[in-house]
Amino acid sequence: MWTGLLIAFVVGGLLCVLAQLVVDVGHITAAHVMVLFVVLGALAGGLGWYGPLVKWAGAGATVPLPGFGYTMVEGIDRATKTEGVLGLLTGGLTAAAGGIKAAVLFSLAAALVFTPRS
Amino acid sequence: MPSEKDADYLALAARHRPPAPTWSNAVRAFAIGGAICMVGQLVTDFFIAHGNSPGQAASPTAVVMVGLGALFTGLGLYDRVVKCGGMGGSLPISGFSNAMVAPAMEYRREGWVLGVGAKLFAVAGPVLAYGLGAAFVVGLARLLVGS
Repeated sequence: MWTGLLIAFVVGGLLCVLAQLVVDVGHITAAHVMVLFVVLGALAGGLGWYGPLVKWAGAGATVPLPGFGYTMVEGIDRATKTEGVLGLLTGGLTAAAGGIKAAVLFSLAAALVFTPRS
Repeated sequence: MPSEKDADYLALAARHRPPAPTWSNAVRAFAIGGAICMVGQLVTDFFIAHGNSPGQAASPTAVVMVGLGALFTGLGLYDRVVKCGGMGGSLPISGFSNAMVAPAMEYRREGWVLGVGAKLFAVAGPVLAYGLGAAFVVGLARLLVGS
């Protein structure tokens, strides 16, 4: 368990360092880098690189945003196997649905409950 | 085409721009991003211990991390995490949650439809649009290569 936690820390931390370097060296905004890394995660998933990383690093690879892109690609892969071409349209959102719907619901709840500070 | 005067000014501005603290930013992104992913691993381990495969545990883990990100954003704490950790706070899915929850709270005064409803996708919208677009292209390529 401790090794798993350590690997998740190091791999997740390194992905964040990479993103931070793109921000600092490339002079682009955090939003651009978030988009870039989701797309990179989808590409790395398609090339078969991200799957082994997920197996090895667990949350270190699934929690950062490239894991989000990878999840969509894997969802499409699963859906096309059962639904054929239609899976291209349904698989991505189905796989990412939990995170997206949770974020929407929590956003609405937070707007209802909390008042912004700062 | 910048004139010679503009070029002089730009060179002057570049000389006086304070150097970005790249090194310390990287260390803080590593520490905070790593810590968040370690929490994510604890959550994943919890779901695996309760009868999920590692693959099945990823989705409920995302939900919990999104929930934690939303809670800390609501309490006004996640902004500090991002201020200190930079991409270490923004790249994990809790940062995606923060990018939705913060504008949802902020724009409440502009109404529930055009304020909250529209602005909560200000950053998440592009992430989803291009993520889904890339996943579609990758999925199509895989389908064509596979068949």
